[in-house]
Amino acid sequence: MFGKLTLDAIPLHQPIPLVAGSFVIVAILAVLAWVVIAGHLPYLWREWITSVDHKRIGVMYSLLAMVMLLRGGTDAIMMRSQQAVAFHSEGYLPPEHYNQIFSAHGTIMIFFVGMAFMIGLMNLVVPLQLGVRDVAFPTLNSVGFWLTATGALLVNVSLVVGNFARTGWLPYPPLSELTYSPDVGVDYFLWALQISGVGTLVAGINLVTTVLKLRTKGMTYLRMPIFCWTTLASSLLIIAAFPILTATLAMLILDRYFGFHFFTNEGGGNVMMFMNLIWAWGHPEVYILVLPAFGIYSEIVPTFSGKPLFGYRSMVMATMAICIISFCVWLHHFFTMGAGPNVNAIFGIASMIIAVPTGVKIYNWLFTMYGGRVRFATPMMWSIGFMVTFIIGGLTGVLVAVPPADFLLHNSLFLVAHFHNVIIGGVLFGAFAGYSYWFPKAFGFRLHEGWGKAGFWFSLIGFYVTFVPLYAAGMLGMTRRLQHYDVAEWRPWIMAAGVGMILLVIGVLCQIWQLVVSIRHREELRDVTGDPWDGRSLEWATASPPPAFNFAVLPDVEGEDAYWAIKSRAREQGLLRSEPEYKDIEMPRNSPTGFVCAFFATIMGFALIWHIWWLVALGGFGAFVTFIVFAWRDHDEYIIPAAEVARIDRANREVRLAAISHARSPS
Amino acid sequence: MTDATLAYGRGDPYQLHGGRPHEGPASKRIVTGYGFWIFLLSDIVLFSCFFAAYAVLLGQTAGGPRGSEIFDLRSVAAETALLLISSFVCGLAMIAADVRNQRWFQIGMAVTGLLGLGFLALEYREFAGLVGRDAGPTRSAFLSAFFTLVGCHGAHVSVGVLWLLTMMAQVFAKGFRADIMRRLLCFALFWHVLDIIWVAIFSVVYLIGSAA
Repeated sequence: MFGKLTLDAIPLHQPIPLVAGSFVIVAILAVLAWVVIAGHLPYLWREWITSVDHKRIGVMYSLLAMVMLLRGGTDAIMMRSQQAVAFHSEGYLPPEHYNQIFSAHGTIMIFFVGMAFMIGLMNLVVPLQLGVRDVAFPTLNSVGFWLTATGALLVNVSLVVGNFARTGWLPYPPLSELTYSPDVGVDYFLWALQISGVGTLVAGINLVTTVLKLRTKGMTYLRMPIFCWTTLASSLLIIAAFPILTATLAMLILDRYFGFHFFTNEGGGNVMMFMNLIWAWGHPEVYILVLPAFGIYSEIVPTFSGKPLFGYRSMVMATMAICIISFCVWLHHFFTMGAGPNVNAIFGIASMIIAVPTGVKIYNWLFTMYGGRVRFATPMMWSIGFMVTFIIGGLTGVLVAVPPADFLLHNSLFLVAHFHNVIIGGVLFGAFAGYSYWFPKAFGFRLHEGWGKAGFWFSLIGFYVTFVPLYAAGMLGMTRRLQHYDVAEWRPWIMAAGVGMILLVIGVLCQIWQLVVSIRHREELRDVTGDPWDGRSLEWATASPPPAFNFAVLPDVEGEDAYWAIKSRAREQGLLRSEPEYKDIEMPRNSPTGFVCAFFATIMGFALIWHIWWLVALGGFGAFVTFIVFAWRDHDEYIIPAAEVARIDRANREVRLAAISHARSPS
Repeated sequence: MTDATLAYGRGDPYQLHGGRPHEGPASKRIVTGYGFWIFLLSDIVLFSCFFAAYAVLLGQTAGGPRGSEIFDLRSVAAETALLLISSFVCGLAMIAADVRNQRWFQIGMAVTGLLGLGFLALEYREFAGLVGRDAGPTRSAFLSAFFTLVGCHGAHVSVGVLWLLTMMAQVFAKGFRADIMRRLLCFALFWHVLDIIWVAIFSVVYLIGSAA
């Protein structure tokens, strides 16, 4: 009846997951109870859960990422503290549990923090920057988000029902095959990623179509903000790389569920095929994460330097070069696995070449700042912190790209320090930069600067105190994923990393407190004009938060830095462009399709993990019926009347006019 | 069609020079078709992984049968014929939709679907026969790769048939509305791409596989 699922699946005898799981369940129930009792449920359903508005979906993606960051961060705290105490001792986490933690940490941080945050910001900003009203496929966008949330949910369910993979964040066979991982841990990993992978693919298709086919009048390719270019590059990588992940995991699923022989030791299976396939996806994946972050810095640095971006075209070239070269370096993830010196040399050189376009970008940001009037607001602090940190991460990356060096450093903490150096310094700093930069656009008030800066400094210093010692421990030969150790030389470095972890936690607490303080003082932090940072691209041309339709009339773009040109002209003349002729606007209607699809996907995923076949059939049938019902509806758009559009737009024009005359007045 | 040809009528179809103003967002039909094409490209990437796996594992028979011992090229030729003709008939049904002819559209789609079902029946017979003589997917890595690649295509055809039935019902109930015409465009693209994949399967799996 319930497949492999029995009461034993609940870890009653393991206090840590049980307490953690119970705490999360109580917290979720408390939030749900508050939502229902306070009567917020209809509002949430109408305005958020069924919303197909790209801004709302972007906010939900980012929120998911932040919640999952806390979960992944908790895993990190547990690993650092375990290693801090597990010198000549077993520590407090048994190996069986410790292995699940590092697997879950990596999986969550890459798929549900990095990916979700970047896709969230892309969703929020790109249509605004392109000067259009929505993405290409609004309902599919909602489906994509909810499928991502399904994946995140399944990973967290594994905390209380059954267990998670103990194979690392990429389930290398033969360890991940049924023979060596007979329980449901790997299955949780596989189905969570298959389901959220569909969501990611949908997001990628949506964003590529949006950038290539939905740009406002006059927004030619070489007038697009760099963030749109990096979104395009990142989404193209998603489309080309994520099917590889889907296919690879499908092969592993077939091995585990039906006894196929893709990666098994017996029957002629080929383990190296898994390495090649998974990294053919895995290396582009790191650029899927970091390219949008590069785009965020490329928006922030010009804005806070008061100058146009230096070398716009070289930035575009560098972005697209990275997009292509990222597919030519995957083998450097397994130099030690017997490809031979010539193959290793080729991939080593390719890996070093990819540092060139990245270096171009760094110089472009530096030269943008050079001679500018730099304002050190929180988003700019994150950007400068990124530049310093990412250069170090890039240099250690070039180091491990040298095959002979890699033979010594492979699988050591040096490698761990390297990829945290680029992912925290590149992607996470970028996410925080984008979060503090676009928060006023999304919600209509700025974040508190003081707490933001405190969060930044604790994170930056905490990062160095945590990961520089790990470079040292790696050089001393400490390998990754050690549950305990007895080498005295490693001990001080691991303790130092533990201290750094505490600083990082304080940084996170500062940012949580920043959000609380900002919400409390939102009236003082209110952004009335819609242009709080003196921005240059079109998202600042509309109110904060933008109306559902984004722009009353689609803007007409005449050059790079589209909004800067409009604003400069208005400042010179002391008046806005004459009021446009307002028309009715058609917008897509809300739809519960995404939520319902995700509901059935969750049921199906859970049933597949536990081999409950009737429930799989039920879930599949439900999803199909949802599809038919969605396909059958007759009205998928609603009209916002011209008078309403005019009312909203006139209010915004008024405050903007006031801001312009204020800027012109000599006082 | 006019929307699609517009950009190509000028010397700079990708508007890379930025001299001429960009005209603004494309029509819904273009956007839908374009997005679906990108999905199909991602689907082709998915298939290419299974092709790669087949190529890598082709010789890994683990003492089991080789390709030349199990492939019945006459049956495969019949499958190919059914699928290619179904694509042609699907094209005819789309022409009927373009001229808003309900009867010929329904007949065309029905024939397309029947040919697709015929293809699936032949594939099922082939698979059942192999499993029956201990040459199922668990026998060897080569057979795992074979069943996965060909089965993945078969699964696509099955989904295509379900979609086809849905489209027949939609056109019957709602007529040739603009949004339904966009869906038909996507369906037709999907069905034709299955042909492209099949041509590759025929060449790589069956022809090269028979030689191995």
